[in-house]
Amino acid sequence: MGSLFRSEEVCLAQLFLQSASAYSCISELGERGLLEFRDLNPKVSPFQRRFVGEVRRCEEMEKTFTFLQQELRAAGRLPAPCPESPRAPAAREALRVQEQSEQLAQELREVSRSRSSLRDRLRDLRQHLHVLREGQRFTSLPVGPGVPAGLGREPILDPSLHHHLDRKINFVAGVIHPWRVTAFERLLWRACRGYLVASFVEMPEPMEDPATGESITWVIFLISYWGEQIGQKIRKISNCFHCQVYGYPESEASRTEAITRLHGQIQELSTLEETEKYLAEVLDKVAQVLPTWRVQVQKMKAIYLVLNQCSFDVTKKCLIAEVWCPVRDLTQVQDALRQGSVSGSCFVQRVPTTESPPTLIRTNKFTAGFQSIVDAYGVASYQEVNPAPYAIITFPFIFAIMFGDVGHGLLMFLFALWMVLYEDSPRLRQGTNEIWLTFFEGRYLILLMGAFSIYTGFIYNECFSKATAIFPSAWSVATMANHSSWSSAYLATHPSLTLDPNVTGVFQGPYPFGIDPIWSLATNHLNFLNSFKMKMSVVLGIVHMGFGVMLGVFNHVHFQQRHRLVLEFLPEMIFLLALFGYLVFLIFYKWIKFSAADSRVAPSILIHFIDMFLFTSNAENLPLYPGQVPVQMVLVVLALASVPVLLLGTPLYQWCRQRAPRTVRPRAVGGFMGITRRGIQHDFAEIFMHQAIHTIEYCLGCVSNTASYLRLWALSLAHAQLSEVLWSMVMRNGFVGLSYVGGVVLVPVFAAFAVLTVAILLVMEGLSAFLHALRLHWVEFQNKFYVGAGYKLCPFAFAPDTWE
Amino acid sequence: MVSLLCCGPKMAACGLVLSAWGVVMLVLLGIFFNVHSAVLIEDVPFTEEDFKGGPERIYRLYEQVSYNCFIAAGLYALLGGFSLFQSRLNKRKEYMVR
Repeated sequence: MGSLFRSEEVCLAQLFLQSASAYSCISELGERGLLEFRDLNPKVSPFQRRFVGEVRRCEEMEKTFTFLQQELRAAGRLPAPCPESPRAPAAREALRVQEQSEQLAQELREVSRSRSSLRDRLRDLRQHLHVLREGQRFTSLPVGPGVPAGLGREPILDPSLHHHLDRKINFVAGVIHPWRVTAFERLLWRACRGYLVASFVEMPEPMEDPATGESITWVIFLISYWGEQIGQKIRKISNCFHCQVYGYPESEASRTEAITRLHGQIQELSTLEETEKYLAEVLDKVAQVLPTWRVQVQKMKAIYLVLNQCSFDVTKKCLIAEVWCPVRDLTQVQDALRQGSVSGSCFVQRVPTTESPPTLIRTNKFTAGFQSIVDAYGVASYQEVNPAPYAIITFPFIFAIMFGDVGHGLLMFLFALWMVLYEDSPRLRQGTNEIWLTFFEGRYLILLMGAFSIYTGFIYNECFSKATAIFPSAWSVATMANHSSWSSAYLATHPSLTLDPNVTGVFQGPYPFGIDPIWSLATNHLNFLNSFKMKMSVVLGIVHMGFGVMLGVFNHVHFQQRHRLVLEFLPEMIFLLALFGYLVFLIFYKWIKFSAADSRVAPSILIHFIDMFLFTSNAENLPLYPGQVPVQMVLVVLALASVPVLLLGTPLYQWCRQRAPRTVRPRAVGGFMGITRRGIQHDFAEIFMHQAIHTIEYCLGCVSNTASYLRLWALSLAHAQLSEVLWSMVMRNGFVGLSYVGGVVLVPVFAAFAVLTVAILLVMEGLSAFLHALRLHWVEFQNKFYVGAGYKLCPFAFAPDTWE
Repeated sequence: MVSLLCCGPKMAACGLVLSAWGVVMLVLLGIFFNVHSAVLIEDVPFTEEDFKGGPERIYRLYEQVSYNCFIAAGLYALLGGFSLFQSRLNKRKEYMVR
C-alpha cells in the first residue's frame, strides 16, 4: 500500500496491435482493467470510424435482446442474473449469437401471434355459445312454475307460439359492454318506437375484453322485432355500439344443433394448449441464454468502441493505441498482450510526455471511504502528497471533538459495526435507496467516528448529557461546608454556594481522566468548559495547520524544488510558529504555572497577545514570565520579516536562475510549475502575482483559520446543550410519577426520548459535525499544501452488469 | 384464525432495537438511581419538605424512581419479545411465499 502516500507513477505508452489479434488483446486488457485509452481520432465523427459496422451490429443485437426481455417480462418471468462473467465472444461466436437471437425472436413472434389468434377465436366461440344458451331462456316455452320470475320482462314472442301473426319475427342477438346497456336500450326504444322487444341478461362468467385485456361481465341481449326497416336500424345501432352480433336461428331445433356444433368446435381448439406449452418452452430457453448474451455483447461493443479510438498505421499494418499505464503494471500489460495475440506480435512501448498524467491511488475497502472524501474536494495532482492517510485519524478525531458523548458515540459505533459485520450480505449491498447507500459506503468512516466519540465522551464526561463518576470526584463539599460552617439559615437564603479550591481539602487534585463529574452540578459549568474548549480548539487548530505546512516539505523535495524549502517553507513555519505557536506555548505555560492560588492576579493571555501586536503594555496585566516583552518583540519582528521573504523569495530566485546561463537538465515529469519554454517577461509577472496571492492568502489565512477552528468549541457546546435540553424536557417527565404507574408512563417517554435522540442528536448533529469537520479538512488543513488539480485514471474495464 | 402478524419486517426490527436499547439503558439508570447517585439529583421529583430531617427521605425517593425504571425495563423486555416474535413470523412468511 505504498501508494497511499502519493499517487503512483503513471506513464504514457503505445500499444502496437496486429489487426488480426487486436480484438482479443483489447478483450484481455479489458478483463484486467489496467489502462486508460486515449482517443487518437477525436476529430472523426462516430459514423466515420473504422469499426462502425461492428458497433452497429452490436446495437442491433441489443435491440433484439430488448425485445426478448420485454416478452419475458410480459410473461411474468425474470431472467436469472449471470453467474460468472463470460468473456467477449470471438467473431464466429458473435455471429452465432446473432443468428440464434434473431431466430428465437422470430419464433417468439410467431408463437405469440398464433396464440393470440387462437385465443380470440376461442373467445368468440364461447360468446356465441353463451348468447345462444341465454337466448334460450327468453324464447323457450313457459313451463309453469319453473319459469324464473326474476327476469322482470315479459317473455319475448316466440314465433312457434304466435305463428298466427302475419308478421315474421326476427331476432338480433349479441353481446354488449355492460356500461353501454342503458344507452343502447334507450336509443333502441326511441329509434324503433316500440316495434321491438329487447332483453338483457348478464353473462354467467366474465370474459376478457380484447381491447383492454381486463375481465368484464358482458351483457347478452336478444332483440326480437318485426319489419325489415326496423331490422336494419337495429343492426346499424348495434354496430355503433360496437356490439358483437351473432346469428340467432329461429327454431329451437336449429338452436340446439348450433349449440352442439359450437361445443364441438371449442373442443377442437385443444391446439391452444399445445401452443401455450411451446411458448413456455421458448421463453424458458430465452431466459436461460439471454443474460450471458447480454454481457457478451456489451463487452464486444465496449471493445469495438475502444478499437475505434486507435489509429491505423498503414506502413506497419497494425493498430496503434495510446494509453496511460501505471508503471508498475507494464509487465502485466505485456503479459496480457502476449496472451491475446496469436504470435506474440503485439507489444507495448513507453513514450515520454510533458503532459501531466492522471492520478492513480489504489485503495482497499477501508481506505476507499477516506480517499473519496478527499477526492470530493479535488483529485490530487499527479504525484502530490495525498492527505487521505492522515484523514483516517484526524477526520474522525475532529468530528469526535464536536460530538463528544459516550452514549451517542456508542449508538453510532454499534450501527456502523452492524454494517461492517454484515457488509457481504446481498440484502445490504443491493439497496437502492441513495441515502442508505451513502451511509453504507462510509461505514468504516462512521465506525471510527463512533469510536473516537466514545473517547471524547469520556474526556468531556458526558453520557446522554449525564456525567459518570467512574473515579470519585476530587471536590469535597463536606470540607467546604465544615470550613465555612454553613448554617441552615445561610443555606436557605443562598441558592448557590461556592466551593473555594484555595481552602485546604476542598480540591484534592485533578480528576484522573476527563472532566470532574461535579462540574455537571455546578452553575458555572459553562464558564469553565468554555475556557477549556476554546483553548483546546486553538491548540488543535494550530497543530493541524502546522502539520499541513510540514506536509508541503514532501512536495517540495519530490518535485525537486529545494529552493522552496528555504524560501517558502521556512518563512511559513516561522510566521505560524512565532505568532500562533507562541500562543499555544502561552496557553500551556499558564495552565502549568498558575494555579487557583493566583487566580485573582492571573494574567490574561488575550490581553498579552493583543499587546504583543500593538507593542504596548498594560500595567494591570502581570507578565507570565520575566523577560516576556522583549521575547514577544523579537517574535513579532521575526514573523513580520518572514513575510517579504515569502512574498519575493521564490520569484526572485527563479528570475535570477533564468538570467544566468541555463543548464539543460531534464525536469521531473509533470512538475508543478513547469516553466520551460515560454517568454520570460510574461512569466515573471505571472509568478510574482501567483506568489503575492499565495502570501496574502497564507498570512491572513493563518489568523482567520485559527479562529475558524473555534467551531470545534461551538459545536461541542451546541451538542452538549441540546443533549441536556432533551434530557430535561423529555426524559425527566418520565421520572415524575412516584407511584408504580410512573414505571408504565416511563415506557412511552423513553420511546420519545430515543426517537428524538436518533433524529436530532445523531442524525442532525452528526451530519452537522461531519460537515464542519470536512470543511476544516478541506479548507484550513489542505490549503497549506494541497493543490488538487489532477484527474483520475479511469481504466478500461468491463463494468459489472448494471442492467435494470 | 386472526393473523398474528401485525408488524412489517422493518417495524419489528425497529421495535427490537428500541427494546434492546430501552432494557439496557433503563436497567443501568435503575441501578444508578438505586445507589443514590448525586449526578441524577435533578431527575428525582423532590419537594422542599423532603430536605428536612436528613437524607433518608431523598433516598426513599431515589429508590422509588429506580423501581419505576426497572418496571419500565421489564415492559421493554416484553416489547422486545413481542418484536422478536413478529420478526420470526415475518421471516417464516417470506420463506413460504417463495
